Amino acid sequence: MANVTLRSVRKTYPGGFEAIKGVDVDVGDGQFCVLVGPSGCGKSTLLRMVAGLETVTGGEIDIGGRVVNGIEPADRDIAMVFQNYALYPHMSVYNNMAYGLRNRGMAEAEIKTRVEEAARVLELSAMLERKPRQLSGGQRQRVAMGRAIVRQPKVFLFDEPLSNLDAKLRIAMRVEIRKLQRRLNTTSIYVTHDQLEAMTLADILVVMNGGQVEQVGNPLAIYEKPATTFVASFIGAPPMNLMSTRPEEIRAQLAGSAAADAGILGIRPEDFAITDQTPAGGVALPLTVEAIERVGAETFVYGSREQEDQRVAATPGELPPGEVIVRIPGTEAPAIGAKIRVAAMRTKLHLFSGDGRKRIEA
Amino acid sequence: MVEEEGFRRYVAHIILWIGIAIVAFPVYIAIIASTQENALIANGQMSLLPGGHFFETYYQTIFVGTSGSTREPVGNMMLNSLITALLIAVGKIAISIISAYAIVYFRFPFRMPIFWLIFITLMLPVEVRIYPTYKIVADLHMLDSYAGLSLPLIASATATLLFRQFFMTVPDELLEASRIDGAGPFRFFWDTLLPLSRTNMAALFVILFILGWNQYLWPLLITTRDDMQTIQIGIRKMITTTDALTEWPIVMATAVLAMLPPVFVVVVMQKLFVRGLVETEK
Repeated sequence: MANVTLRSVRKTYPGGFEAIKGVDVDVGDGQFCVLVGPSGCGKSTLLRMVAGLETVTGGEIDIGGRVVNGIEPADRDIAMVFQNYALYPHMSVYNNMAYGLRNRGMAEAEIKTRVEEAARVLELSAMLERKPRQLSGGQRQRVAMGRAIVRQPKVFLFDEPLSNLDAKLRIAMRVEIRKLQRRLNTTSIYVTHDQLEAMTLADILVVMNGGQVEQVGNPLAIYEKPATTFVASFIGAPPMNLMSTRPEEIRAQLAGSAAADAGILGIRPEDFAITDQTPAGGVALPLTVEAIERVGAETFVYGSREQEDQRVAATPGELPPGEVIVRIPGTEAPAIGAKIRVAAMRTKLHLFSGDGRKRIEA
Repeated sequence: MVEEEGFRRYVAHIILWIGIAIVAFPVYIAIIASTQENALIANGQMSLLPGGHFFETYYQTIFVGTSGSTREPVGNMMLNSLITALLIAVGKIAISIISAYAIVYFRFPFRMPIFWLIFITLMLPVEVRIYPTYKIVADLHMLDSYAGLSLPLIASATATLLFRQFFMTVPDELLEASRIDGAGPFRFFWDTLLPLSRTNMAALFVILFILGWNQYLWPLLITTRDDMQTIQIGIRKMITTTDALTEWPIVMATAVLAMLPPVFVVVVMQKLFVRGLVETEK
C-alpha cells in the first residue's frame, strides 16, 4: 500500500521538446487516479515515468515514501497493464503470470498459489495452459490484469487498457477493473482518453492538456465546476456549449452581475430547456434547428444562433462558432428548420475569463 | 483463385508435368547412371533402366572413393561438407542475431555507423575480397581446417538485416513488460526474443545450410589436403582425370549423395520454413 506523489515532475526530450511541464499530483493510498486528456497531452508519458520506462528530467516521483527517480522499473514495486496487453506470445497463460515472480526467485509453490488465486478471481482457471493467441481480446486483457495482480505491487499502472476492446466488453471490463481495485485496495493510476471511463473509474481525476495539469479533483466536482474552458469542453459528452459574452444579445441578459464582463459563457447541453420563458438571471437563446440525433433515451438538437458568433478558445471537442447543442430527454424533438428558443437557469451558467484559462464565480 | 474447368485444367497440368520432367530427368539419369557399369556409360550405350551395380557402386563411393583422381572416400567428403555447412549456418545465425539485438535494442556510440558498416558488407561477398581473406586465413594458419572453411563465410549482413527487421516488428511493450517483470537484457533476449525468432531462425537455417553446402570457390582455394576437401570439390576433381577413364558411376553416385542433405533439410524443415516466411502474428 502506498501513496504516489509527483512533485513538479518534468520531461524534456533531448531535442528540447517539453512533454511534461511540471506536474504536481498526490494520489492517496488505495485511491484510483485517472489521467485523462486528448492524445499528445503527455498522460501516457507521465504514467511511463511513474513506471520507470521513461527517465524523469525534473522533479521527483515518490512511491510509498521513497523517491524512485533513478530506480529500475522492476524495483519500483509497480505492475503495469499495457494497451496491447504485451503478453509473451510464446508462453502459456500460467507462465505469462509466473514469469515476473520467477525472475524474482520466488519459490515455485508460492508462484502456483498466487497464479491460481489470480486465475480464479479473473475466471481464467480453465485456460492456464493456453497460449495468448488462443484467447479472445477480453481474456487477454484479463491475463494482463492477472500478471499485474500476482505481483501484489504497491501500485497498479494502466495504460489505456480497454481501448482495444469492443464497446460492450469495454463497459464490462471497466466495471470489473473498478471492483477488483476496490477489493484489492491497491493504489492505481489509469490513463485514458475516454472521458466516460475517466468519470466512472476515478477517485481523483487529473485532466491534462499540453503537458500540464488543467485540473485535479473529484470527477463530479470537476464536471460541476470546470476550472478552464478546456476542461469544460473535454469533460462531458456532448461538450459544453461555449460562447462569447460580447454580443449584445448575451451581454444584456447577464447585465447586473460580474458575469457580464467574463468573456466566455458555457452552458452544458443538458442544462438547456426548450421554453419560451427566461428563468430569472438565466440566459435564453433563439436557435434555428439544424440537425437532430435521436439515441433513444435522449435526443440531441443541433441549432445555430442567428448571429455569427466570434470564435471562442480553440479546444478539442469545440463546436463550430454559433452552433449550440441541446440535450433533451425522450425522442420528442422540433422539426429541422424550426425556430426554437432555449433557456438555462442562472445556477447552470459557467463563466470563464476571455482566454478561457480561469473560471469566474459570479 | 478461380477453379479452371475441363480442357484448360488439363493444359495446365500438362505444362506442369513437362516442367517436372525437365527438372527431374537429369536427376533420374544421375541415379540410373550410378547403377550402371562404367564401360557402358563411357561408350554411350547406357540404358535408361536401372542397372545391377547399385550397392557395389555406392559402397565404393562412400567408403573407398575413385581409384584414380581423388582416392578419398566420399563419406569423408560428405562429413567435411556437413561440418562446414552446419558451422556456417549455425555461426551465421548466432552472430547475426546477436548483432541485430545490439543494433535494435541498445543505444551506444556510433550505433548507426556500425549498422551501416554491416550493411555495406552486403556489397563485399567472399568472391570480391578473396585475396585479403585468403591472406588472413593463411596467416592465421587456418588453411585446411574447418575454421578456415567456415569462419570467413560466417559474417553475414543479410541475416543481420533480417533479424533487425524482425526485431523491429516486436512490440516495444514486450520489452517494457519484461523490464517490469524484472528481466534484464540477457533474460529478455533468452526468454522472449529467441523463442519468438524460432521460425525465422529455422527459415534462415534452411537457406544458410544450403548456401554453406554448395560453397565451391572458397573451399577450392583453401583446401589442399585430400582429407579436407568438400563434396562439391570432390565431384569436380573426379571428372577430370588425366590418364584414366572417368569413373562415371562413382561421379554420379557422388552427385546423388551431394543432393541428399539439402533435400533432407528442406523436407524436414519445410513447415517451419514456410511459417518463418509468412507468419505475422507476434
